[in-house]
Amino acid sequence: MATQTSSPLKLDSEVLTLESASLWQITWRRLFRRKSSIVGMVILAILILLAITAQWLAPYDPILSMLDSDPPQRIQKRSSPCIHAFGCAPDQPQHIMGTDGNIRDEFSRMLYGARLSLAIGLSTVTFAIVIGTVLGALAGYFGGRIDNVIMRIMDVLLAFPSLLLAIAIVTVLGPGLINALLAIGIVSIPAYARVVRGSVLSIREMDFVSASRALGGNTYEILFRRILPNALTPLIVQGTLGIATAILDAAALSFLGLGAQPPTPEWGSMLGAERNQVFTAPHLVFYPGLAIMLTVLAFNLLGDGLRDALDPRLAHIS
Amino acid sequence: MVTYILRRLLLSIPVLFGILFATFALARLIPGDPCRAMLGEKATKVVCDEFNHRHGLDRPIPIQFGVYVDEIAHGDFGNSFRYSKPITELLIERLPMTVELSFAALLISIFIGIPLGVISAVRHNSWVDVFTMMWANVGVSMPVFWLGLMLAYIFALALKDTFFQLPPSGRLSPGIIPVPFFETWGMQLSEGTFLFTVSDFFSRMNILNAVLSSDWTLLMDAITHLILPAFALSTIPMALIARMTRSAMLEVLGQDYIRTARAKGLIARTVIMKHAFRNALLPLATVIGLSLGGLLGGAVLTETVFNLSGVGRILYDGITARDYGIVQGFTVVIAIFFVALNLIVDVSYAYLDPRIRLN
Repeated sequence: MATQTSSPLKLDSEVLTLESASLWQITWRRLFRRKSSIVGMVILAILILLAITAQWLAPYDPILSMLDSDPPQRIQKRSSPCIHAFGCAPDQPQHIMGTDGNIRDEFSRMLYGARLSLAIGLSTVTFAIVIGTVLGALAGYFGGRIDNVIMRIMDVLLAFPSLLLAIAIVTVLGPGLINALLAIGIVSIPAYARVVRGSVLSIREMDFVSASRALGGNTYEILFRRILPNALTPLIVQGTLGIATAILDAAALSFLGLGAQPPTPEWGSMLGAERNQVFTAPHLVFYPGLAIMLTVLAFNLLGDGLRDALDPRLAHIS
Repeated sequence: MVTYILRRLLLSIPVLFGILFATFALARLIPGDPCRAMLGEKATKVVCDEFNHRHGLDRPIPIQFGVYVDEIAHGDFGNSFRYSKPITELLIERLPMTVELSFAALLISIFIGIPLGVISAVRHNSWVDVFTMMWANVGVSMPVFWLGLMLAYIFALALKDTFFQLPPSGRLSPGIIPVPFFETWGMQLSEGTFLFTVSDFFSRMNILNAVLSSDWTLLMDAITHLILPAFALSTIPMALIARMTRSAMLEVLGQDYIRTARAKGLIARTVIMKHAFRNALLPLATVIGLSLGGLLGGAVLTETVFNLSGVGRILYDGITARDYGIVQGFTVVIAIFFVALNLIVDVSYAYLDPRIRLN
């Protein structure tokens, strides 16, 4: 009997690992077949590269004003971009994206902003995924009253327009980057809880789960080691798209003065600080906004690509 | 249908209670006690006790919650201590602007988004399709506040003194003072009556007011001021609607009954509009409903950028001034409004697809 029970289990796990390896290979291949997901990945790769190398690429300090620099430079605040290669007088200091209202190099700040934006997106979504997954898994697996209570709370969170709820939460917690991230994280929990609950509900009835249960696996092992790994695909898609939303919302909160506080080089707050100067120094509004848009676009394209690549309904077509 | 609506209404009651509880809890979670927040650091204990007693803050929390729910049920959403006015009064002043803006944005996104989506699906993989999808991807990734500022820069400064020049901010040009339509009609309404409040509310929507009182200068001025903010606000819903219309249409167009309709010799136009589009409307209703929440959130940003005195703007001012009354009051109102909108979307969904009612 002992050999009989252990051998199918072993086989089962072998099949699982084989399948999952090929699934990722297929996904990867399909991802490269779509032009839009390649665009997304290229933008993202450049962003990650810029974020990692920011401290070497940035020609100036992102936070210190050049007013105190030594030797003092005769540089105006909010001066237009000056690129030597494009005909800017060589005796002028080069500022690819001009300087901001506090005489800082906008380009250096933009580079550090990439670092911050990626960190914001990843950290909020990780937070939301962890809590959302646990809540969704519990709701889906146990059902009944637990399900009811958890999902009604999620419904309440979903009843508020997300940005407004985030605003209300930050107002209570007090403005600041960490609080803004917490608020956006809380607001995005329901999306993940719903996705995980849906997957768990369908997977929990499958034969291999019943088999695990019959073999005497304990509840948490079944839930976290058998069911959840199989619910991962929709979560990855939702998470990638969620990073896009999180970055956009965090930028909006910072723009309103509720998120990152000056002098933090965060794109949203850089844009917000100079928004009244849009007619005199449009470059200070243009570049941060463009950067936000490209970052969000990259995650959206990648998320869409992943969804199509992982969608089992399309599996037999390609 | 009636049973379905009733059941949906009943289901939204717990959510409404949750919303009330959340906003109530939000107000109690604010660091520091409300007395010192309102009266200043130097308020003595006696003064504070008096204050807490007067505002019922010394009563048990469940009773406070009960009082809060009771007040909301009577249309009392609390007071703004910055304006020293009830929230309800501020709502009547500010909501029309936001409704007008969101409505205009929704109309733009529907009237551009749906045709684009239908054309992209019918001419699948054509340049229209590729262009629409590229543009839709950019559209959903656009920070509304950035787009607003850039539009203001382009149309107010770069295109200054051309035909396309548009005002960068505000609702009306200086010097243009709207007269409420009921006054031009010569109606005598006394302040405080229900009819006055309702008429007052609608007369604050400049475009509606201009049409009702046939004031064409006011109409043109209001429209030119509304174009940029409405367009900025409409980008995200427009992109979502175009994408959803396209994918829903593509799915429907691949089905057998469409082939049957074509085979029996119906012209392409009838097949697309009558057979396919009607069924593609279903997912569209959901997307439009979901966009409404985004519109309300986006309105905060758009109104801030274009300096429009709507709900979003007052909420922003309330946040910067730490006017918790405004934040709490407006959050409740918007959330209730949002629940009602979702209810309408669900009901329209059930109307469009009879299968939903049976489940």
